[in-house]
Amino acid sequence: MTVKEMTDALNLRAFTAEEGMEKTIEGGYTSDLLSDVMGYADAGFVWVTLQTHKNIMAIASLKELAAVVLVKGLIPDQDTLTLARQEGIALLGTSEQAFEFSGRLYRMLHP
Amino acid sequence: MDLSFQIQGGDFTSAGTASSQVRRALKELGVDAGVIKRVVVALYEAEVNIVAHAYKGNITARIDPERVFLKLVDEGPGIADIEKAMTPGFSTASQAVREMGFGAGMGLPNICRNADVFNIHSVPGKGTTVEITIQII
Repeated sequence: MTVKEMTDALNLRAFTAEEGMEKTIEGGYTSDLLSDVMGYADAGFVWVTLQTHKNIMAIASLKELAAVVLVKGLIPDQDTLTLARQEGIALLGTSEQAFEFSGRLYRMLHP
Repeated sequence: MDLSFQIQGGDFTSAGTASSQVRRALKELGVDAGVIKRVVVALYEAEVNIVAHAYKGNITARIDPERVFLKLVDEGPGIADIEKAMTPGFSTASQAVREMGFGAGMGLPNICRNADVFNIHSVPGKGTTVEITIQII
């Protein structure tokens, strides 16, 4: 599944435009602890979090994540969005809680 | 190849810059992707430790055909009890740093898991030196 397909199927808000939409999703990781994601997420994962600051995109880039999804209707900081565009990684949002969104994503990835 | 970076304590907006540049250099040299992943995790954690805890620091990365050697020297409060600092979940990070999702007590354990050789030496009141070796072959 591509990031674009996930965005459409799960009705996500795209803060970035076309950046990173073609990437293939290999899995998901839900955490608000940056070292947890750094240590245990893998390339191609979608990161589900409530953190909105710039460091999330630094980690997404270093870990070669497929996309970042902000939960509970949170809006990214301006410099977070700028870095997402620069790095070509989709920064998305949902109004759902992390549990609900992760559940829906899991079901899509493991039908 | 030698790379060197100056790190400013408290400057979270630049955290990860050294890791990103070392990663790029390793990719250009065609180093194995698994090795690059381990270097990135270990170096990022050590870099963030300087940002979160020290006043300033210096990072050098030596890339040889056989190994990557990272040395991080900081001026800062140092670590009184290194064994305690290595315990997963233990952290002395400030509330503000924790709210950003840092300071979960996973940094040093992450370095340990990804390094082939890991040395840490600290003088309380002066600073901390971390040496990380990751074998390429």
